Amino acid sequence: MKALILLSSLGTLALLAEIFGFKKRIFLISLLGLITIFFVNLLDWNLAPNIFFGMMQYDHYAVAFSSVILITAILWFIMSESFFKEETNRTDRLSLVLFALAGAVIMVSYTNMAMLFLGIEILSISMYILTGTLKDDLNSNEAAFKYLIMGAFSTGFLLFGIALIYGATGSFDINEIKEFITARESTVPSIFYVGVLLMLIGLSFKVSAAPFHFWAPDVYQGAPTVITAFMATIVKTAAFAAFLRLFSISFSDITATWVNIVWVMTALTLLVGNITAVAQTSTKRLLAFSSVAHTGYMLLALLADNSYSSSAILFYVTAYSFGSIVTFCILNIIINTYGNDNINSFNGLGKSNPLLAFVMTLALLSLAGIPPTAGFFAKYYVFTAVFKSGFIYLVLIAIFASLVGVYYYFKIIIAMYFKDSTNETIQATMNQKILLVVVAFAIIALGIFPDFIIRLL
Amino acid sequence: MITIFLILFPLLAALLLVLIKGEQVVKIAMIAAIIEFAISIFALSQFHYNANVQFEANYAWIKSLGIHFHVGIDGISLLLVLLTTFLVPIIILASFNSNYKNPSIFYSLIFLMQMALIGVFVSLDGFLFYVFWELALIPIYFICLLWGGDNRAKITFKFFIYTLAGSLLMLIGLIYLYQNTPGTHSFDIEALYLAGRGLDAIHQGYIFIAIFMAFAIKIPIFPFHTWQPDTYTTAPTAGTMMLSGIMLKMGTYGLIRWLLPVVPLGVQEWGNLAIVLSVTGIVYASCIAITQKDFKRLIAYSSIAHVGLIAAGILAFNVQGLQGAMAQMLSHGINVIGLFFIIDIIQQRTGKRDFESLGGIRNVNPQFAVLFLIVLLGSVALPLTNGFIGEFLLLNAVYQYSPWLAAFAGLSVILGAVYMLRSYQSVMLGETNAITSSFGKLSNNEKIVLAILCLAIITFGIYPKPLLDISEPAVIKLVTTITQ
Repeated sequence: MKALILLSSLGTLALLAEIFGFKKRIFLISLLGLITIFFVNLLDWNLAPNIFFGMMQYDHYAVAFSSVILITAILWFIMSESFFKEETNRTDRLSLVLFALAGAVIMVSYTNMAMLFLGIEILSISMYILTGTLKDDLNSNEAAFKYLIMGAFSTGFLLFGIALIYGATGSFDINEIKEFITARESTVPSIFYVGVLLMLIGLSFKVSAAPFHFWAPDVYQGAPTVITAFMATIVKTAAFAAFLRLFSISFSDITATWVNIVWVMTALTLLVGNITAVAQTSTKRLLAFSSVAHTGYMLLALLADNSYSSSAILFYVTAYSFGSIVTFCILNIIINTYGNDNINSFNGLGKSNPLLAFVMTLALLSLAGIPPTAGFFAKYYVFTAVFKSGFIYLVLIAIFASLVGVYYYFKIIIAMYFKDSTNETIQATMNQKILLVVVAFAIIALGIFPDFIIRLL
Repeated sequence: MITIFLILFPLLAALLLVLIKGEQVVKIAMIAAIIEFAISIFALSQFHYNANVQFEANYAWIKSLGIHFHVGIDGISLLLVLLTTFLVPIIILASFNSNYKNPSIFYSLIFLMQMALIGVFVSLDGFLFYVFWELALIPIYFICLLWGGDNRAKITFKFFIYTLAGSLLMLIGLIYLYQNTPGTHSFDIEALYLAGRGLDAIHQGYIFIAIFMAFAIKIPIFPFHTWQPDTYTTAPTAGTMMLSGIMLKMGTYGLIRWLLPVVPLGVQEWGNLAIVLSVTGIVYASCIAITQKDFKRLIAYSSIAHVGLIAAGILAFNVQGLQGAMAQMLSHGINVIGLFFIIDIIQQRTGKRDFESLGGIRNVNPQFAVLFLIVLLGSVALPLTNGFIGEFLLLNAVYQYSPWLAAFAGLSVILGAVYMLRSYQSVMLGETNAITSSFGKLSNNEKIVLAILCLAIITFGIYPKPLLDISEPAVIKLVTTITQ
């Protein structure tokens, strides 16, 4: 709760910076503010306050996920310092990002579907604008427009679903909906099920699960690289936390309604994401499809719907966010040097900048799920969760998909170490180097001591 | 404690080596490898010759999932740990003349791999075993990618994907077993044994297939061997030695520790097919080896034949078979490293390794010819060399399982003699030509490596008992607990 209030205040402060003329310092203030908020947020652990008249519940789940979001946000801020260095638009970019974070915090802690809708909208509208921040770039404009149209469309589905469920149950509260189902088992009106399916579609859009993933590659590619990183990490974390919260609390007694649909969606997402990624030559697009693929693994845990699910998703998003922050940070450096994001741009990085190449390799190994990195344990844990619920064929599909995943991640590794460079020097700033080394350590540490996170939920 | 130290020391060495620059690297690597060998010898001296797991260490690792850092050494593990610690210094010494670029990274990767290999051999927790198993793959992938020969990116990548596919199937098998352990689930080896044996024959069969795939690819057993000849040929010599000398023993060790005791009924269902595949591999690989013109490729195929016999002996699952497999794993490790080193010596001096351009080296360097001959005889399993005892026991075991299969498996001895002696003939005998006339003398470190290997071949051939005694109680215990 405190995190939400502080984040909104910080966002407003960032807007005021323009008026009161301290916009040179506002980046630093925001960064320090975020670090403070991260620690303040931890104070809510075990308090579980029911706030805003029971519309939000700041339970363990909410604290854990918002901590992941905040820590990713801190790392993201350090990585995207240059994004806030431009003379114009500095403060509005900052405040949009901070408001997006506030939306994300609402999405992980709602207990009322109206709040879910609010959270999603606060996050999404900020993202639509941020995607289009490169005003002179056609791709950026196209991406923003596409994102807006598709996002609005999916929100329509979501809202329609919420309305139908409200019509059937007379409540927006996710716990009351659950009670409604338990009380009336066989006599739940059919519009309720339609509502569930519409919400499923709406949320699948947000997490970019196939077949609702088509916006993701274009938007990821067109958006400024740092915003792509934001979408791949923080937005995905928040969307999944919201998705899981709704389905594991409200709809876990009517799994028969959605389990087959999610099963097919998961299989599709895994296969489409991974297989399409293989054919990409643009790294950004490759990472976009890989992000779709990772949605598939997280859907596995959602589908499992058992005691492992929430900690499996928590660990997965953490591992995935850390890996993505590193890959996008290095990709950003590469793009700034070469002006394009072709995989060939990574050629010879192993020679021209061994540190970057090493950290990138580690992050890619983590994304590919190779021990002893965090990504391996994340995959293992998700497999265990889904295995426990008996979806063995899906695990086999996931295994096949991970093999394909190894193929395209290793394309980059091979380019870095095997191909010859074009002799350009690639430099990272001191901040970026520190960030990369710290995250690399975190990736290994989480892989070796995953208990630190999974015992939280 | 010794076990943990055996795992940690190579890791420390690896980290230290990254920081060192310049010519010191190789020497420091050598010293570290010898220290590691000394530690394992110390473990041997403290070892009690019985079937129990010793030097055990067990710490909770991921508590909420019942995963432990549980390691320990019994007779079977100890032999393989000794093999690893014995061969790594030899591999490093053998690489003195190779002058790999970025030596600090190269040797660091070698030590990382040593750590993972020892970890595989001493793990008593399924999850830990899997992590070490995968961990062993990464250093060797980079060794092959960065220091390998032509077309290495493609070939090493195939190797990586192939082995990873097997490993992931094994992971599924392990998770399935884990879900069947009682209570809050555990990955402890005993719990997995109980869980596996508690299943019915059909499910044990599924698990057998899933886990067997991982080992079959690593060993490799026909028809999962297609990555192997290319990878062995392209990898740098030290990498080939690590792969063939030590790494494939992960697969055979896995069969003994993580497959046969886990799903005995599954073995009854599918073991027959697996043995037939192994024996097919022996004959098939031997036949292909005969037609090879590239010496390194020939040894790669001969290696498939040898390990096929080891796998068949293990799957026959009697005391002779397992003891034979232990003996043959050691001998094969020593012999194949010797052979690859000999190829490396020839290639460094002449730039060639195909039979057509070589010949008559014996006239130029008779000393080399004698050492080569000893290694070669060990490899064709002549009595009084180390290969003999292992092959004899293995063939005996296969015979007990099925005389017909033994007849085919026995072909490996004959065919082995054919291709090995032919290769000796075309490389060493005959007329000296322009390429081989400048062969020159062996350097000191080459002499030392070959002398140590030859000594090991002959000593072990004449008096194998001390080594076999180490594993015998553990093997007998394993066989009796399963057959009951």
